[in-house]
Amino acid sequence: MSLFKLTLKELQEKFTRGEISATEIARAFLLRLNQVESKIKAYVTLRDKDALLVQAKSIDQSLQGWRKTQPLMAMPLAIKDNICTKGLRTTCSSRILEDFEPPYDATVMARLNLHQPLILGKTNLDEFAMGSSTEHSAFGPSRNPWNPKFIPGGSSGGSAAAVAADECVAALGSDTGGSIRQPAACCGVVGFKPTYGRVSRYGLVAFASSLDQIGPITKTVTDAAILLNFIAGHDPLDSTSSRKETPDFTKSLKKKDVKRLVIGIPREYFADGLDPEVSETVQDAIQTLKELGGSIQEVSLPFTQQAIATYYLIATAEASSNLARFDGVRYGMRAKETKSLAEMYRLSRSQGFGPEVKRRIMLGTYALSAGYYDAYYAKAQAVRTLIQRDFASVFETVDLLVSPVMPTPAFLLGARLEDPLQMYLSDVYTIPSSLAGIPAISVPCGFSTMGLPIGLQIMGRPFDEPTVLRAAHAYEQATTWHTRRPVIRS
Amino acid sequence: MTYETVIGVEVHAQLQTRTKLFCGCSTSFGQSPNSQVCPTCLGLPGSLPVLNQAAVELAIRAGLALHCELTGSNQFSRKNYFYPDLPKGYQISQYDLPICGMGWLDITVNGRDKRVRIRRAHLEEDAGKNLHDDQLDGSGVDLNRAGTPLLEIVTEPDLHSSDEVDAYLKALREVLVYLGVCDGNMEQGSFRCEPNVSIRPVGQSYLGTKVELKNINSFRYAKEAIEFEVRRQQEVLDEGGTLRQETRLWDVQRGQTAVMRSKEEAHDYRYFPDPDLLPVQLDEEWIKELSSKLPELPGEKFQRFLDEYGLPEYDAKILTESKELAEYFEACVQLYPQSKIVSNWVMGELLRELNQQGIRASASPVSPERLVELLQLVETGTVSLKVARELFPELYLSGKNPEDLVKEKGLLQLSDEGQLEALIETVLASHPSQVEQYRNGKETVLGYIVGQVMKASGGKANPGKVNTLLKNKLSA
Repeated sequence: MSLFKLTLKELQEKFTRGEISATEIARAFLLRLNQVESKIKAYVTLRDKDALLVQAKSIDQSLQGWRKTQPLMAMPLAIKDNICTKGLRTTCSSRILEDFEPPYDATVMARLNLHQPLILGKTNLDEFAMGSSTEHSAFGPSRNPWNPKFIPGGSSGGSAAAVAADECVAALGSDTGGSIRQPAACCGVVGFKPTYGRVSRYGLVAFASSLDQIGPITKTVTDAAILLNFIAGHDPLDSTSSRKETPDFTKSLKKKDVKRLVIGIPREYFADGLDPEVSETVQDAIQTLKELGGSIQEVSLPFTQQAIATYYLIATAEASSNLARFDGVRYGMRAKETKSLAEMYRLSRSQGFGPEVKRRIMLGTYALSAGYYDAYYAKAQAVRTLIQRDFASVFETVDLLVSPVMPTPAFLLGARLEDPLQMYLSDVYTIPSSLAGIPAISVPCGFSTMGLPIGLQIMGRPFDEPTVLRAAHAYEQATTWHTRRPVIRS
Repeated sequence: MTYETVIGVEVHAQLQTRTKLFCGCSTSFGQSPNSQVCPTCLGLPGSLPVLNQAAVELAIRAGLALHCELTGSNQFSRKNYFYPDLPKGYQISQYDLPICGMGWLDITVNGRDKRVRIRRAHLEEDAGKNLHDDQLDGSGVDLNRAGTPLLEIVTEPDLHSSDEVDAYLKALREVLVYLGVCDGNMEQGSFRCEPNVSIRPVGQSYLGTKVELKNINSFRYAKEAIEFEVRRQQEVLDEGGTLRQETRLWDVQRGQTAVMRSKEEAHDYRYFPDPDLLPVQLDEEWIKELSSKLPELPGEKFQRFLDEYGLPEYDAKILTESKELAEYFEACVQLYPQSKIVSNWVMGELLRELNQQGIRASASPVSPERLVELLQLVETGTVSLKVARELFPELYLSGKNPEDLVKEKGLLQLSDEGQLEALIETVLASHPSQVEQYRNGKETVLGYIVGQVMKASGGKANPGKVNTLLKNKLSA
């Protein structure tokens, strides 16, 4: 069995039992990258091959003779390129950071690195995480491993494609309005956005500070729980990180049913605009959950309709401020031969940022500007509270909510580039849970007739990752979607 | 047309914390460029701010001393604009929920008491420094100062003259120094003042167009700048012109204010609550605790000096004007409990030397111990008061121990009766008419003869003893 086909748990077990060495793992994945990366284009930066082998060798030498359980040791991981990795280029898929090498590690990296994983490289994304298809990357889009003419989803398209194509055993992505869940659904893998505050944002290049979260993209729910254990937990360097105790998330995987859980189906997520194939596939999944013991109930989240507008005001406002630091003064691209400070700012940012980023900066600046702040930004924050209350209210009677992840399966590359608003609409089911800060996971639940994956979204109460993981795991184990792999043709 | 002046003052006081407002970098002054920086104060991608509790404590201390409302909940906001010394492209400040609300400070101006209302005081981070050096090809940005905590204290437009502003600034500065909140060093930029000046016809109550003045780094410049600006505004209005709301820089060389930027071109800062920082809830218990631990304020010290040391108001006022001078005084009195004598020397001889050099009492080359030694020499009659006073400047400059200096200069008071008798004999012999006058009943001439003896002794004779011996001799 090729090593690259294994899940994180399986690879861990083989390595811990001494059946394989770190060097063998490294070689297997380097070979795999060689075979498929040119077709998938999941990575922006690959770590130097020799350095990787040297690291693997030193791991093997340190373990000579005996094996202690080393949960992440030698595990080949891919990291979304908006997470700072010390000494390894971090571009956010933008020209303005094309040559930026962070002098420090994000907290999630520091926590992972304690256990000596093999970081294979940095994956592609929509520039500064702004997008739903990875087409807004300054370095070109990644491809959907199931069909390279289609988008892998976004903004964490590179990470999702890398996992689906077995180019790593697991990956980290980031989610602001759906950027982990939606590409996971497009690529037929698992993507988990934890509760806001569960995972430190220190070192995650900020897009929308009150929405951003780092999360795992993996082949199975078990793998997601394993990875989450390493990255979750309070960080004194992040004032918004929660002090809530972090449970062992793998303990939620003991049960394989959802008995005594009440599962809500929000009617607003099954209305106009939902592709019939997706609807049918998700309904089948809901049926499976029913068979697994869940009691199904229709619920209503009335403010769902306002969510996209709310999101695109708040997120862009925060982004317009967060991206002001990219000015060519201290790091990143600086336009050449400018004759004044104003010109330097203007040209560095005009040349360095892509069109989608510029669009959002302008939107956000407008929403905060004098005379418009109250009507837009302040109002959006008020509506956000109403959306949060919608969820709080239904969670009084249900334990989980289930819905589609995206209104359609993955679409063709280029299909929505002409119309930004059409692109924004593909986030309609993931945005509300981001605004409310609640945990949400995407698990594969079927395929379209064109052979493209469809995802099932499961949402839970704030900090109730355990119940979300339990239901996701139960569903996954009762089906075989997670065992399917794309065939990648040359 | 006569006008009255209306001024509100903004002061930015650098808080005396060890580290910056949102990261653990040191705040120490004068280090090599960009040596006290980290991802957070550099504004590197992915960095985040974490609030420094010590800064909050100092802000609360200041708020308590200024009688400000401390409302419990306060929030940080982002002030967005582009400038090379502003690493994130925004400054973390406080907009609609400042840490300190309305308060006041009582001041005395030309003998009159006045209450200046404080509108608010809020925390914000300082920017870095732009350096325009001919040696650099372009400009340099030093971010050591970026992120240093500032407390911005804003008054209502309650001040009506440069004298009032001067009194307010000095009183505010002293309170902040007393509290250990700020070191008050205007030249180094840790106490910056920006007066907002406007004028209006006497008797009117509306506010005229206000002009903000910057680049004022001494009390003297504050006065000069305000006086110039008021004259300028009066001239403009008298000639029928209109004033523009603008920011003007004080130009020291030319002694005038000049336009920096007009408010019409002013930035829209697009303030919004900073999503990286949670609102700060001030715990009532904590505020009570801080209140009970407040260091003694100038007003309290003044009263205590009156009560404890029995000093006249004039003395107490001068001695408590500076915390360091007060501490110097008290250190002396601990060793030599003659408070009035110590007060005279500290206000007189010591303060004269300190002011001439322009240094603070804590930097005095004459320590309290040394001063007390000198006072003790006077008390024991080893040296006369007159001589001690004349000797003080040299004591101050030489840093020597008083006893050694006195011996070195041969200024020991002459108290030996034998030597005094000899001197007296000489003087009496050369002033027969005065002796005659005294013997005939003109007692006042004794003073003259004593003076002559003092002169003959080079000022060293113990005047008391001379007086006694002379009287004995003349009555014999």
